[in-house]
Amino acid sequence: MTFSVGDLFLILPELLVITAACIVLVLDPVLRRSDKDGLVWLSLGTLAICMGLTASQMRAPVEAFSGLVVIDTYGAFWKLLLYFVTGLTILLSHSYLKEERLYFGEYYGFVLLALAGMMVMVSAADLLTIYLGTELMSLSLYVMAGLKRSEPRSLEASAKYFVLGAFSSGILLYGISLLYGATGSTRLSAIAAAIAGRSLDDPLLLFATILLAVGFGFKLAVVPFHMWTPDVYQGAPTSVTAFMAVASKAASFGAFLRVFIEGLGGLKANWSAIFLLLCLATLILGNVVALVQTNIKRMLAYSSIAHAGYALIGVVAAGRLENSSGIASVLLYLALYTFMTFGAFAIVAMLRKDGVEGDEIEDFTGLSKRHPVAALLMLIFMVSLAGIPPTAGFIGKLYVFMSAVEAGMAWLAVIALIFAAVSAYYYLRLVMVMYMREPSDVTDSAPQLVMSPALSIVLACAVAGVVIFGIYPNPLVQLAMQAVLTLR
Amino acid sequence: MTGFPWLTALIFLPLIGAAAVFLVKDTSARLIALAVTVADLLIALPLWWLFDASSSHMQFVESAVWISSPPIHYRLGIDGISLPLVLMTTVLMPLCILISWHSIESRVQSFMAMLLIMEGAMIGVFLALDFVLFYVFWEAMLIPMYLLIGVWGGPDRIYAAIKFFLYTLAGSVLLLVAILALYFQGGHTFDILQLSQGTYSKSLQFWLFLAFFAAFAVKVPMFPFHTWLPDAHVEAPTAGSVILASVLLKMGTYGFVRFSLPMLPDASQAFTPLMVVLSIIAIIYGAYMALAQADLKKLIAYSSVSHMGFVTLGLFMFNIQGIEGAVMQMVNHGITTGGLFLCVGVIYERTHSRQIADNIGLTKPMPRYATLLVIFALSSLGLPGTNSFVGEFMVLVGTFLWSKTATAFASLGIILAAAYLLWMIQRVAFGVPAPHMLPKLRDVNLREMVTLVPLVLLIFVIGLFPNPILTRMHPSVEKVIARVFPSSPEQASAVSQDLHGKADLTSTEAERRQP
Repeated sequence: MTFSVGDLFLILPELLVITAACIVLVLDPVLRRSDKDGLVWLSLGTLAICMGLTASQMRAPVEAFSGLVVIDTYGAFWKLLLYFVTGLTILLSHSYLKEERLYFGEYYGFVLLALAGMMVMVSAADLLTIYLGTELMSLSLYVMAGLKRSEPRSLEASAKYFVLGAFSSGILLYGISLLYGATGSTRLSAIAAAIAGRSLDDPLLLFATILLAVGFGFKLAVVPFHMWTPDVYQGAPTSVTAFMAVASKAASFGAFLRVFIEGLGGLKANWSAIFLLLCLATLILGNVVALVQTNIKRMLAYSSIAHAGYALIGVVAAGRLENSSGIASVLLYLALYTFMTFGAFAIVAMLRKDGVEGDEIEDFTGLSKRHPVAALLMLIFMVSLAGIPPTAGFIGKLYVFMSAVEAGMAWLAVIALIFAAVSAYYYLRLVMVMYMREPSDVTDSAPQLVMSPALSIVLACAVAGVVIFGIYPNPLVQLAMQAVLTLR
Repeated sequence: MTGFPWLTALIFLPLIGAAAVFLVKDTSARLIALAVTVADLLIALPLWWLFDASSSHMQFVESAVWISSPPIHYRLGIDGISLPLVLMTTVLMPLCILISWHSIESRVQSFMAMLLIMEGAMIGVFLALDFVLFYVFWEAMLIPMYLLIGVWGGPDRIYAAIKFFLYTLAGSVLLLVAILALYFQGGHTFDILQLSQGTYSKSLQFWLFLAFFAAFAVKVPMFPFHTWLPDAHVEAPTAGSVILASVLLKMGTYGFVRFSLPMLPDASQAFTPLMVVLSIIAIIYGAYMALAQADLKKLIAYSSVSHMGFVTLGLFMFNIQGIEGAVMQMVNHGITTGGLFLCVGVIYERTHSRQIADNIGLTKPMPRYATLLVIFALSSLGLPGTNSFVGEFMVLVGTFLWSKTATAFASLGIILAAAYLLWMIQRVAFGVPAPHMLPKLRDVNLREMVTLVPLVLLIFVIGLFPNPILTRMHPSVEKVIARVFPSSPEQASAVSQDLHGKADLTSTEAERRQP
């Protein structure tokens, strides 16, 4: 093991984010409440600098710290996405926390710590580094989920998330240790080399693969490891839910793909079959159960489960294809998913009914009369989630289905598309409630949307992403394709 | 390639208009929408004369790279099959705006925006030469139509809207998979023209045909996928019904003639018996259902099922009369049924009822209205001299060449059409109006005349002079037939000497084709 100062430069974005997180945590107790907006600006500024640094790191893989970390375009793709989501989360939280009267400066510190964990996850080249990143992310999220201390549901969410998260981390660690036993290393490149010379039917290898799949399955919230998702998404403060649904899912996919492509690429045939089953179960259960939800946060939770299923199609296809189009479609899907899901959660977060958060679907009744713009934005997000052109959701689906058909699994695309049609029902039900139902009485119980400049920025970014990438996705497609080329 | 981008202007002018109506007040929104649709019509009209009728190639082609990998292009073009449909669409849209002038009072800007988005997307479907682009336009119509029915529709609108949406969406999901499968089998391209020249294995064609069928048959709608249509028609506002009946239904049959026939010739032939049987069931069943309706809109909706049966029947005859008659009938049905729905809209504004029982004896109080209604009804039942006669007659001639039995059954539809339409006329136009209705029965005003008269003119112009349309579609239709029967060039040339439609009707044995 040798240290070189150059390695520190490579992880400068990570160091900056952690430093900013520490500064926020230290400053928070000493600042007056009126000055705490400064923490928001500090966080956003850090993200802007990191974005510039990471953009300059779009290049062929460079290893750091003796191969514990790798800096490449693939990691940079996810990091840029994560900065974007974190920035939106901070802006949304700024409005949301005020509305919920949750004045915690350390909130932003935890957001940044979670981001640091995610950054480590997507640029780790060693299973233990990935584990460290996962834990840093998860521990921060456990705290954030329980932030509404006075509300039992928030605490329940936090506890549930913690117990199941710890459980899944244990399984992940068990898988890592078994893999170490089978291959003698935790370094992804060394694992790949060890697998190349081995029989694929080695029970130890298979068992390790399954445990890793289960461990990541919890983090990705795919069926049957999804049970925590609806409760946690519903109970957690909505800004945190949005962050979890988008950022933690993206980071988990980033790490997951690197492990299974770079490390376990030799076992493609084995894991592709496992993920096919998970993918089918996720698509079917996610979409069907979402149909009967009356709470919008639960509906979006099941919707996010279903979307993980669509992304998994790309993974399954990647397992059967020689080229990288399957993985590229996953990157693209997750990036496009970000805009629409975050946008939807942002509107849910700011919808008030009788002064409290209106998170029942009924609470959206007649929104189009009261807030035509908000209703229109929600309509666009829902249409995009349903995958109808010309929105980003359609482009995402187009590419994953294309990789499925390319892999000779047109039947999988057919099943997925049928369930996409099913999903249109619950997405459009919200549209129906907003546009076609009259509010029963026009009193103060009608829903109100609390607008703020920060929320406007969030919504503008989200809708711009959905519409622009729906009409002209070419830049993002190119970026995703370049990113997967650096995956070895 | 060079010169004015006619087709892009056709598609994007309404879309820009849709954004513009949000910037102004309700009354100006109506004016802007009308101006935009009229302007779109004025862009479309010159194409009629600029179009080279002797060419079977796509004309006014525009092409640009949209997504570089996989190669997806923004590619547009127009041929003899899409030209009449595009013109029909642009003619109908200003009328839809006019008929909604006073009947839509709430959220006027949104309503006009939806109509304009629909216009852009519908024209886009007819013009797209890239399969993904086609699919984008095809699906982009769903949401505005869903909102048109669901927000501005009748009492049962929510049910009708969701039913329409889920039916058509479920149908078109398979289309996407078929498009992707074609991409990988047809040489990694989404170019519709290139894909139309490829040859695909019989089993692949079989599956692709079924996938196409799911999408197009729901849209047409063919029996037994028609159940969304009466609900959607009845609940939709008048303009929505007109768009649905006149343009949206044509998308399905357009899909058959543009994609199924040229791309999947073997499967198309293999499926002909099924298509013919379903078409004839639709013709007779639709007509029977129409006989039983007490609601005017439902009656016209079921008559649409019946009339669209003629179109699908003609398409799968694979002869020049059948296909030209079918395309002709697509345009005619758009004009005639559009006119009928506009008439129902006019009377609904007065009596607030679509029931035949509430709208009887209109000739005395509303003579002009009754005249127009009778003309549309006679056109719909295919009276010689009107447009529908030409189309239906050609379809029947085409069918006769293929099977006399099928022709006999299909002709039943014409007889039944006469029955239900004349019966409807007998009650609505003649008879004695209820006294309490009389004060409401004002005759059509100038705006409504302007809405209805253009269609009446078109009925007679096409009915008496069908040749300009037929000559323009002739080379394109021949190209389709040549794809289905590549082995009979001498027959194709024999047909091409008879460039004029009426002559085609008489020359029978020469082009006889046995699939």
